[in-house]
Amino acid sequence: MPAAIRIDGLTKHYTVGFWKPRPYLALDGLTLEVEQGEVFGFLGPNGAGKTTTLKLLMQLIFPTAGRAEILGRPVGDVDVRRRIGYLPEHPYFYDYLTAEELLQYFAGLFGHAPAERRARASRLLDEVGIGAERRLQLRKFSKGMLQRVGIAQALVNDPDVVFFDEPMSGLDPIGRRDIRQLILRLRDRGCTVFFSSHVLSDAEALCSRVAILSGGRLAAEGQLSELLAFSVRGWELVVSDLRDEALEHARRVGVIAGVTPLGQGRFALDLPRDSSPERVLADLTAHGAQLVSLNPLRETLEEYFVRQVAEHPATRGLDQ
Amino acid sequence: MNPSIVLQVAGSVFRESVRDRVLYNLVAFAVLLIAVSFLLGQLTAGQDVKIIKDLGLAAIGTFGLLIAVFIGVGLVWKEVEKRSIYSLLSKPVRRHEFILGKFCGLGLTLVVNVAVMSVAFYLVLGWLAWRETPEVRASWAAPATDPAMLKAVLLITVELLLVTAIALFFSTFSSPFLSVLMTVALWVIGSLSTDLRDLGTVVDAPVAAGLARGLYYILPNFSAFDVKAEVVHGVPVGAGYVALTTVYGAVYLAFVLAAAVAVFARRDFK
Ligand SMILES: Nc1ncnc2c1ncn2[C@@H]1O[C@H](COP(=O)(O)OP(=O)(O)OP(=O)(O)O)[C@@H](O)[C@H]1O
Ligand SMILES: [Mg+2]
Repeated sequence: MPAAIRIDGLTKHYTVGFWKPRPYLALDGLTLEVEQGEVFGFLGPNGAGKTTTLKLLMQLIFPTAGRAEILGRPVGDVDVRRRIGYLPEHPYFYDYLTAEELLQYFAGLFGHAPAERRARASRLLDEVGIGAERRLQLRKFSKGMLQRVGIAQALVNDPDVVFFDEPMSGLDPIGRRDIRQLILRLRDRGCTVFFSSHVLSDAEALCSRVAILSGGRLAAEGQLSELLAFSVRGWELVVSDLRDEALEHARRVGVIAGVTPLGQGRFALDLPRDSSPERVLADLTAHGAQLVSLNPLRETLEEYFVRQVAEHPATRGLDQ
Repeated sequence: MNPSIVLQVAGSVFRESVRDRVLYNLVAFAVLLIAVSFLLGQLTAGQDVKIIKDLGLAAIGTFGLLIAVFIGVGLVWKEVEKRSIYSLLSKPVRRHEFILGKFCGLGLTLVVNVAVMSVAFYLVLGWLAWRETPEVRASWAAPATDPAMLKAVLLITVELLLVTAIALFFSTFSSPFLSVLMTVALWVIGSLSTDLRDLGTVVDAPVAAGLARGLYYILPNFSAFDVKAEVVHGVPVGAGYVALTTVYGAVYLAFVLAAAVAVFARRDFK
C-alpha cells in the first residue's frame, strides 16, 4: 500500500524585490510521509509555509526543487485528483452559482450522472449544515458558510485523501464541533485527512500525528503522544498529613516551586522538571506525610509548539 | 483531453455570463441601436434601407466585440484572482481543458448573442420591407431581408471568436486593464492591416515599410472579415472567400489558444 502522501525535499523559492530581486524561501526542503488512514495535523505559525505546501501538493504552484507523491503517483496526475479532495485557504467560488449548483457542477467533473450529482450535492450540504441557503447565489454567502461549502466540495467524490487548509477558519463553535466530528467520520471511513491549522486544540483532539513547520522548515514531527510524553515540564506531588517541619526539611532536599492547599488536609507541591521527585517524596513520607498522587506535568501542545518555533528561527533569504 | 470536462467548464461560463447583468445591458444596447438606426432610416429621404443594414451590422459587430473583449479579459484572470481556480483545478480538470472550456463557454455566449441580435435585425428589416410599396422595394439594390447578410454575420462571428481567443490569451498572464488595452490595440492594428501592407507606397522609409509588412503578415488581418460594404450594396461575396477567411480565422485562433495553453500550463497561482 503506497503512502497517502510522500513529500521529498520539497522547496519553493519566491523572488521578491523589484529592484534587487532575491529569493525568499517559502518552503525549504520539506520531507514528510503520511500513511493511509492517518489524521495528520500540519501545524505552524503564520507564514510558516503550510499553504505553500498544500498548493504544491495540488500543483497550483510548481516546486523549485524536490518532489511529492499522492497515493504513489506524482502530484498533478489526473487519476490522483479523482481520489482526493482539497479545501483551499479562504475558499471562494463562483458568484453566480448557488451552493447546490456548485456542488453539482463539481460532481459532474467526476463523471457522475445528473441524478447522482443532485443526490451528492444535497447529501453533502446536509452534512456541512447548509440548509435552505443552498438555493442562494454564493456571492450572498457569509465567510463561514463559504467555508462549509468549501468542505462539502472537497468531499464531492468520496475522496481517499483530503487536504484541508485551515478547516476551522471562520466557523462558529458549533461549526467547529461539526467539522471535528466530520473529520473523525472521515477517519473511520478510512480516509486520510491532512489538515493545516493553528488551532492546537483541534490538532490535539483529532490527530494521530503532527508536523510543526517553522520558517519554511520542518521543526518537529511525530506521534502527538510521543512528542508530548518526552517533554515533561515538571511534577505535581499531592500529599496529605503534611506538617510544616516536614515541608521545611524537604525544601532542603529538593526544589519545591510552590505549595497549594487543596482542602481536606491535602497539599499539591509543584516540582520543576529537573528536581528529583523521588527524593522529595521519600523525605516527606519519612516525616509522616502520606502520598496521594504523583503526576508528571506534560507540556501542552501549545507550549511545545511555542518552544519549537522559538528554537527554529526563520532564516529564509538565501543572501543571509 | 477529456471533451466532457471541456463542455462542463464551458457550460458554467455560459451560465455565469447569462446571469451577469453586463451581458443583458449589451444586448439591450444592441437592440436599442438597431431601433435608432431604424429611426434614422425614417428620417432620411428615400427610406434607404442601406443605412439600416450598415448600422445594424456594425452594431452586431461592435457589441459582439465589447462582449468578447470585456468578458474575455476577465474570464481567466478573475478565477485566478479570486482563487476559485484552486478548487476547480484540484478536480480532474487539466489546465488546457480549463482554457478550452473557458473559450468554448464564451464562444457559445457570443454565438447566442450574435444570433439574438441578428434575429432582431432581420425582424426590423422585414417589418420595414412589409410597410413599403412594391415600387420602393424594387428600387433597393438588394432585398431588405437579403440572406447574403448572413455571410457578413458569419464572418463577424469568426472575427469575434478570434478576438475572444486573443483576450483570453492576454488574460492568462495580465490584468484585465492591460488585456483590454492590448486586445483593442491588436484589433485596431489588425483592422488597418491593409494600410500596413501598403505603407511602402505612401512613405519613403524602407525600414518602416518592411516592419509594417512584417506586422501585416504576423498580426491577425481583421479587415478580411469585414464584408459589410459589399453585402449592404448588393455586391456578391463569393462562397470561396467566406470559406477561406473562415479557415484563416480558425487556424489563427488555434495558434492563439495553443499559446494561451502554453502560458497557462506552467504558471504559479499566487
Ligand atoms: N506569491 C508569493 N510571493 C512571495 N512570497 C510568498 C508568496 N506566497 C507566499 N509567500 C511567502 O511564503 C511564506 C509562506 O506562506 P504560506 O502562505 O505558505 O504560510 P502559511 O503557513 O499558510 O501561513 P498562515 O498560517 O498565515 O496561513 C510567507 O512568508 C509568505 O510571505
Ligand atoms: Mg495558510
